[in-house]
Amino acid sequence: MSIWEYANPKKFLSATTPALPWVFGAAFSCLAVGLIWGFFLTPNAERFQSTVKIIYLHVPSAMMAINAWGMMLVASLIWLIRRHHVSALAAKAAAPVGLVMTLVALVTGAIWGQPMWGTWWAWDPRLTSFLILFLFYLGYMALWAAIEDADTAADLTSVLCIVGSVFAVLSRYAVNFWAQGLHQGASLSLDARENVSDVYWQPLVLCIAGFILLFLGLVLLRTGTEIRLRRIRALQARSTRAEAAA
Amino acid sequence: MTSALGDYAGVVLSAYGAGLGLIGILVAVSLWQHRRARAALDRIEQGRDG
Repeated sequence: MSIWEYANPKKFLSATTPALPWVFGAAFSCLAVGLIWGFFLTPNAERFQSTVKIIYLHVPSAMMAINAWGMMLVASLIWLIRRHHVSALAAKAAAPVGLVMTLVALVTGAIWGQPMWGTWWAWDPRLTSFLILFLFYLGYMALWAAIEDADTAADLTSVLCIVGSVFAVLSRYAVNFWAQGLHQGASLSLDARENVSDVYWQPLVLCIAGFILLFLGLVLLRTGTEIRLRRIRALQARSTRAEAAA
Repeated sequence: MTSALGDYAGVVLSAYGAGLGLIGILVAVSLWQHRRARAALDRIEQGRDG
């Protein structure tokens, strides 16, 4: 059995529809346990006081904002190379999810930044690159909406996705590249010295797992929606042609 | 609860409200669009079969 079998829309729907309740169930379970654990059962931090609890929403949403664009890049490349419609629709379906994740990261970051930095916003490398990523998401969605021919839209949005990947990478590594600005370095790292302490790390990992599963569930759900909408348009076009010929 | 959050209770609660609110809207809109598309496709396909 090959993964490319799922490029068939019917096969994709029949495989993903029964899995959706399980994916969403797992996502909400992880999020509920992680958020309750983090919010109620972890101590205040010395430097951040109780605002440290914002980390359970801010870090996972920021991670997913970047990784959603990475997933869109892979799906776009599959479309450009193999011309599988489901991959183009999956990229289209992921964009609003990535947009909301970016917005959550920006909003929770601004709310967190106000008491810690004394300002809602600063033109810091990480903040600015995230704002540009947010604008790329908006542009990507606007381009899909603006072009009537679906294949042309998929081609052009795929190119935009490749260009935008530069900013997705910049968003991730901006702190390391410029080593300046208000934003601190990574909260999670393979280097244990850079990690947040265990008491915050454990619920944080659970919240990250919840966000990944939520992203997966939403992308599968929204891809199913896009497949059905395309089928509706195809059937309507067919009936219009049949009426015109009659 | 808010006393445990200290001076920053408003900050923490507004961050959670905004973050969870945005995610809730995303999930609700995605489910609504999905149900609407599925119902519309079912209607069209039943019309063709009928």
